[in-house]
Amino acid sequence: MSFINYAAREINVKIVFYGPGLGGKTTNLQYIYEKSNPQQKGKLISLATETDRTLFFDFLPLDLGSVRGFKTRFHLYTVPGQVFYDASRKLILKGVDGVVFVSDSQEARMDANAESMKNLEDNLEENGFDLKSIPYVLQFNKRDLPTAVPVDQMYRALNFKGEPTFEAIAVQGMGVFETLKAVAKQVLYDLRRR
Amino acid sequence: MAPSLVMYEEEFERISQLLNRLRIDASAKIVFLVDKNGQQIAGAGEIDQVDTTSLASLTAGNVAATDGLAKLIGEKEFSILFHEGRKDNIHISIVGQRLILVLIFDERSSLGLVRLRVRKASGDIERVLSDIEVKSQEVGFDDAESPFAEITDEDIDALFSE
Repeated sequence: MSFINYAAREINVKIVFYGPGLGGKTTNLQYIYEKSNPQQKGKLISLATETDRTLFFDFLPLDLGSVRGFKTRFHLYTVPGQVFYDASRKLILKGVDGVVFVSDSQEARMDANAESMKNLEDNLEENGFDLKSIPYVLQFNKRDLPTAVPVDQMYRALNFKGEPTFEAIAVQGMGVFETLKAVAKQVLYDLRRR
Repeated sequence: MAPSLVMYEEEFERISQLLNRLRIDASAKIVFLVDKNGQQIAGAGEIDQVDTTSLASLTAGNVAATDGLAKLIGEKEFSILFHEGRKDNIHISIVGQRLILVLIFDERSSLGLVRLRVRKASGDIERVLSDIEVKSQEVGFDDAESPFAEITDEDIDALFSE
């Protein structure tokens, strides 16, 4: 649910990075944080455990510049990927405008990818959204790992509506901004349609 | 799903005035209005002393988590949260089901005073909120003034030109 402030001439939108545990959602945000200009970004907040696993969410506010005189502020969130944090994931999807699904390319994580995507669909539905119609982008992360499943196989397994799909190596930054740009675009187009 | 929240100049002014008055009446340092999704709406007082964006997002997360706890034990919501610090305290309350009112105060005020003033101000803010809802339904996104009706591919690409 975007928030348009005519008084301050700004629009706020919420993007959520979803996906299985240890898939690289937080790493995506960290890279965006590192590479953004200081005047564009706010503080990166990570509510994590002592072992750096996301406990509740990571949050990064990002100003992307102006569209038609309106400042666009993107609020990027990640969810905790571990299965047992489902209640928290549901909360974070509240009022979401766009979703990035960060999948893990490793063979051993293919089931986790599928399970997490099903979980995304269910949790969106509980919040009144439909995965089929919400702005949505798919990322195949960890393409550099030797155990990575071939791209076409991942595509067949995870892409379900021809959504924009990007290969990524989030620790090196490859594909990170491409993914962000694609979801931001869809969200802005979605605003135009409404 | 609730529609997008749209804030117009006139209502923004009204809300800002209400927050300012509440800040004085409650002797608070900061008064702050956030929506349940963590978007900051308006504030009054020493807001340049804190990172308001982070404050907004963490407050919303806090309220969301507490809401989840409430549902678990069969409560509709916990409408007030209070965090007591050594110097500063935070009072968080829900207004009109979709907004969160945050007050930060120190020893110059008290929890009783804050609660009293918040209760009164909440009603006033709720009235503005329902005016906004009526107005955005009337105006809607079809309005020619909507900044996004004519957004082009170039506009969007320009955002990422760096």
